[in-house]
Amino acid sequence: MTGSREGTASPTEGTPPVEGSCVNFASVGKHFAGNWVFRDVSFSCPTGHTTAIVGESGSGKTTLLQLVNGVLRPNEGTVEVLGESVPEEGVEAFRRRIGYAVQGAGLFPHMTVRQNVDLLARLERWPRDAIDARFAELLEEMGLDASLSDRYPHQLSGGQQQRVGLCRALMLKPGLLLLDEPFSAVDPITRMELYEQFIHAQRHEGVSALLVTHDMREAVKLAQHLVIVGSGEVLQAGETAAVMATPAPGYVARLVETQL
Amino acid sequence: MTRLAAIVVLALCPVLISAEPIVVASKNFNESYILGEAVAQLLESGGFEVERRMGLGGTLICYEALVAGEIDIYVEYTGTLSQAILKSDSQLGFEDLNAAIAPLGLQLLPPFGFNNTYALAVPRALAEDLALNTISDLAARSGLKVAVSHEFLEREDGWPGLSRVYGFERVPQGIEHALAYQALADGAIHVTDAYSTDGELTRYDLRVVTDDRDFFPKYLAVPLVRADLPASAKARLGLVANTLDDAGMQAINASVMFGGADFEEAAAGYLDGIGVESETARSGFWEQLRRNTARHILLTAIALAAATCVGIALGLIVFRTGWLSRAVVYMTGLMQTIPSIALLALMIPLFGIGVVPAIAALFLYSLLPVVRNTVTALVTVDPILRRVSRAMGLTRGQELRHVFVPLSMPSMLAGIRTAAVICIGTATLAAFIGAGGLGDPIVTGLSLNDTGLIMQGAVPAALLAVATELMFEGIERALVPKHLRTSEA
Repeated sequence: MTGSREGTASPTEGTPPVEGSCVNFASVGKHFAGNWVFRDVSFSCPTGHTTAIVGESGSGKTTLLQLVNGVLRPNEGTVEVLGESVPEEGVEAFRRRIGYAVQGAGLFPHMTVRQNVDLLARLERWPRDAIDARFAELLEEMGLDASLSDRYPHQLSGGQQQRVGLCRALMLKPGLLLLDEPFSAVDPITRMELYEQFIHAQRHEGVSALLVTHDMREAVKLAQHLVIVGSGEVLQAGETAAVMATPAPGYVARLVETQL
Repeated sequence: MTRLAAIVVLALCPVLISAEPIVVASKNFNESYILGEAVAQLLESGGFEVERRMGLGGTLICYEALVAGEIDIYVEYTGTLSQAILKSDSQLGFEDLNAAIAPLGLQLLPPFGFNNTYALAVPRALAEDLALNTISDLAARSGLKVAVSHEFLEREDGWPGLSRVYGFERVPQGIEHALAYQALADGAIHVTDAYSTDGELTRYDLRVVTDDRDFFPKYLAVPLVRADLPASAKARLGLVANTLDDAGMQAINASVMFGGADFEEAAAGYLDGIGVESETARSGFWEQLRRNTARHILLTAIALAAATCVGIALGLIVFRTGWLSRAVVYMTGLMQTIPSIALLALMIPLFGIGVVPAIAALFLYSLLPVVRNTVTALVTVDPILRRVSRAMGLTRGQELRHVFVPLSMPSMLAGIRTAAVICIGTATLAAFIGAGGLGDPIVTGLSLNDTGLIMQGAVPAALLAVATELMFEGIERALVPKHLRTSEA
């Protein structure tokens, strides 16, 4: 993992994509109506691992995530995902190769658990038995009882909703999973269980993940790689252990202290 | 939805492709109903097939419908034709009138005989006390409260002309004609306009003051027909020529107003008097109710189906663009501010009279609730769900079909439901432009001041509204999961 670091003399410019990375940002800048959220951001996420983007709210971390699935487009630089640039045409097919889970789960209230999870597979015209098999496999993987299949979201606990949300994100066996603070709206005990469940499922699925969070503990718990963002820049990026051992002075150092 | 459309089209067929009966119309006041019915019965007894369009909402609606060929006959008054329609300054004679309307394909047949002209009426006691014998006497006397019907106030052959000729200085109040007699009896007003054949003149003991300057034109009742009417039908209508004088018409009017006769009986009685045996081919109560209700449902269902399709489509097209959806909601809202009777009247130049303009007006009326509820529901879909459906890789169409539309369904249904109830209510006014429905007995009942008859339209309309509510609850139950329903919250 390479990354820019505050104060270093632009080591990122012209950095070639790292072999085996599922997401690659090269000198990316994004502004809204002339206000730059960030500029000259470069980092990559290694395939098969979890990378966490950590920052305060307003640090632009959700914007980074939206650049990955093409909801937003960069004003500068390039974003490569799963070995290709985010396409201009047919972006829907591209997005279906990327799972998406969000804070509060975002389940469709008019659909049952089963309908929420298998919607995309039905739209992709998977055969019925393949859908059923995959659905059963995911429930099992996320520790959900099959009896919940025909319930509506409002009949589930917050933790159950979140697991269903992860099942939905994983349904099409995506190469990459985007996690937009999906664990932040549940109580701490449930959250711990969710972490275990997620780690188990991610290993089992072998999927790369990009997690956005403001919670350093969560990042350390789940991610092998960190990208710390603040003030419109990448403050530090690297393997979790390395960042923890030698945090950059200032914000990153204070953030790491919260873990001690 | 397709099944509904099919039913609607099937139901419309007999209306659109009926044979070619002679269409007889009347305006919505008693004398016109009676004379129209007499004409209809006279033709039926002569072997002609007749379709009735009674109770149209005024002179211009009848006249325009006749010119457009939507109706074949109605009974008009020569004075009305001369002044209100042809806008002639001078009083045209019968032959002049016929010459004037011939280019339009219209023709006057020989008059019934009586002259139902305007008159000013004063309570007899007051007239004797103040020695009011002529209109000039009235004009010379100050302090008399004058109230005239709204139409009289506006018409060139009414108050404006009258006040010029006689030099009236005051501007009278407008009053609903049916209320004027009671107001006279109560002493609230002293003078009003009346028709010289009104049954009320005797009942309320009123004196008609003499038109000493001969201002009021002759209002001879004449069958006004399309010139292309078969000669045999015209000949048949010749039988009414000079068969009724003022007193005779007054008596027939009184028999309906105060004697409990209905229009069909009054018309049959008159025809019997001139030696024509007619069958009052009146359908029974239930048959009429069935026909009116069926027509009412037809009007409402077509208008509502169209408003639903157009309204939802419009909502789906514009909701992603803020200013556009506001513009559309305002535009459809504008439609609602037009009084329904005015909207119906506005449809006549475009679609004539009958079912089509009524449906068009009801459609425009129903649009707002559908569009507004659709747009509101779509733009208020939880932004998290919008973000998720987008990030999942749903196409725009899939997003609408699987997320936006089902989530907006309760609100859309509520909008359609509101539109349906508005439609059922407003459709009762469609009778004014000859579209029939449950408004028919209401309009006739209003003219006759007959509460029972009004109820025959009002009660089924109310029941229809309730049934519609129940139906929509059923539809919602079928389409919306329980926890998202609005009606069971």
